[in-house]
Amino acid sequence: MSQFTFLYRGRDTSQSPEQMQKTMQKWQAWFKELGAKGHLKDIGHPLENAGRVVRGKQKTVTDGPFAEAKDVVGGFTIIEARDLDQAAELSKDCPILEAGGSVEVRPIQILNI
Amino acid sequence: MQLSEHLFRREAGRMVATLTRIFGVQNLALAEDVVQDAFCRALEVWKFRGVPENPSAWLMATAKNRALDVLRRYRTARTYEPELSRWLQSEWTLAPIVEELFAENEIKDDQLRMMFSCCHPRLSEEAQVALILNVLCGFSVDEVAAAFVSSHAAIEKRLTRSKKVLAGSKKLFEITDANDFSARLPAVQRALYLLFNEGYHGASQEAAVRAELCEEAMRLAALLLQHPLAATPATHALSALMCLDAARLPARMDSSGNLTSLFEQDRSLWDRRLIAEGMKLLELSATGFELSEYHLEAAIASVHVTAQQVEDTDWAQIVSYYEQLMAIRPSPVIALNRAIAIAQHEGALRGLDEIRAISDSERLANYPFYHAALGEFELRKGNRRAARDHFKVALDLARNPMERQFLNLRLKACGQGDALA
Repeated sequence: MSQFTFLYRGRDTSQSPEQMQKTMQKWQAWFKELGAKGHLKDIGHPLENAGRVVRGKQKTVTDGPFAEAKDVVGGFTIIEARDLDQAAELSKDCPILEAGGSVEVRPIQILNI
Repeated sequence: MQLSEHLFRREAGRMVATLTRIFGVQNLALAEDVVQDAFCRALEVWKFRGVPENPSAWLMATAKNRALDVLRRYRTARTYEPELSRWLQSEWTLAPIVEELFAENEIKDDQLRMMFSCCHPRLSEEAQVALILNVLCGFSVDEVAAAFVSSHAAIEKRLTRSKKVLAGSKKLFEITDANDFSARLPAVQRALYLLFNEGYHGASQEAAVRAELCEEAMRLAALLLQHPLAATPATHALSALMCLDAARLPARMDSSGNLTSLFEQDRSLWDRRLIAEGMKLLELSATGFELSEYHLEAAIASVHVTAQQVEDTDWAQIVSYYEQLMAIRPSPVIALNRAIAIAQHEGALRGLDEIRAISDSERLANYPFYHAALGEFELRKGNRRAARDHFKVALDLARNPMERQFLNLRLKACGQGDALA
C-alpha cells in the first residue's frame, strides 16, 4: 500500500442551506466509506481561506493566496491505496466534484534506503 | 452525530432573524451574507471533524463571532438598529450586548419580529408568503420557485421588491406594542394559512415539497402560540386547522402519486397524533367570543377526521359550518363547498340546485373544481355525457399536472355513452 494526498480544490459558496446540509451528509458518507474500506490513513484538515504567502530570498510576505474560488485548496486527506490508479479511482466519488471542484491526487514520496 | 432534517434551513431562518435585529432591517443582505458564511464554515469544518455535539449552538456561535467582526470593522461605516448603535459604539458594551441578543428567548422574539415585518401591509399576500419562506424558513430563491411552481426570475424579482419594502420600513416590527401587535396579527395568521394551503392544495407535484410547506407553516404557527399576545383563540384555531388537515396528508396521494379525494382516502393512514393535537388545540380555541374563519374551517376538518369512514360523516353539521363561514367570509368557493356538502347530505340533485343558486358563480368560471363538482353530480345522476362535458371544461382549466391527472381519472370514470340511469 502506498500513501497519497487528496487536495480538494474549489468551494461552492452559493448553495442554499438545504443543499449544504445535503452536501455535508455526502461528505460524511464518503469519508465513512473510505474508512470502512481501509483507505483512510488520515482524514486530514480543512484549511482557512485567508493566509500569508512568503516569497523568495527577500522573504516578502503577502496576504494570500487569493486564488480564484475554484483554485483554492480547501483541505486535504491522506489516503492509502495500491497505486495511483486506484487512488484516482477512489477520488471519483468525492462530493466536491458535483459542486464543480476538483481533487488533486498526489503520491507521497517515500524515501527507501 | 446525525443532523436532524432541514436543520441548516431552519437555523438559517433563526440566524437571519437575529442578525437582522442586530444589524437593522436595512442591513438584511448583510445578515444573509453572515449566515451564508457561517454555513460555509460549518460545511468545511464538519466534513472533516464530524458534526459537533450541539450543531445549532455551533452555528449560532459562529454567526455571533462573524457579527462581532462585522460590527467592529464597519462600526462607523454603516448605520445599525438605532437603539443598538449606541451600545455598539463602545467595545465595553459591544460583546455583552451581542451575547444578550443571541439568547434563546431573544431569538424566538426575533423570529416573531421578522414574521410580523414580512407581513407588511404594502406587500401582497403572495409576496408576504414568499418573503417568509425565503427569510424565515431559509428557502433559497430556487426552492421558493419550486414551492410555487414559478420561475427563478419571477420569484427573484418578487423577493427583491419585497426586501426593498422591508428595508424601507427602517425598523423591524416592534412586538411590544399590544395595539400594533393585534392590528398586524390577522395578516400574519393569513400568511401562515396561505403558506399551509400552498403545501396542502398547491401546485407542486412533489409530495416532499408540499409536506415541507405545511410543516413550516405549522412550525411558525407554534411560535405564535408561544407568545402571550399572539396566542389568541384564532391562532389556536389556525393551528388546530393545520394539524387536522396535515393529519390527512399521508393519505392524500396514492402509491402512484395521484391526488386522492377525501372520499377515497385510506383513513387508516391518517396521522392519529396530529388528530389528537388538533382536537386539543380546537378545544383551546373555544374561549372568548371570537369565532374566526379558522374556527369554522378547523371545525369542518374535525368532523372529517372523526368519521371512521366517509359514510359516517356528519354532513348536516358540515353544511351548518359552511353557512356560518359564508356569513363571516362569503366567497363563491365556500358557497361551492357548501353545495358539495349538501349534495353529500341530500343528494346530487339538491347539490346541483345549490350550485346553480350561487350568486356570483361567474367568479368560479375559471375554477376547475367548480366544473368538476358539476361533473361529479351529473355523473351521480347518471348523465354521463353532461358529466363528461363538465370534466372536459375542468380539465382545460387545470392549473398543474396534479390537477390534470386527477381530472383525467374522473373523466375516465365517466366511461363512454349514457348509461341507463
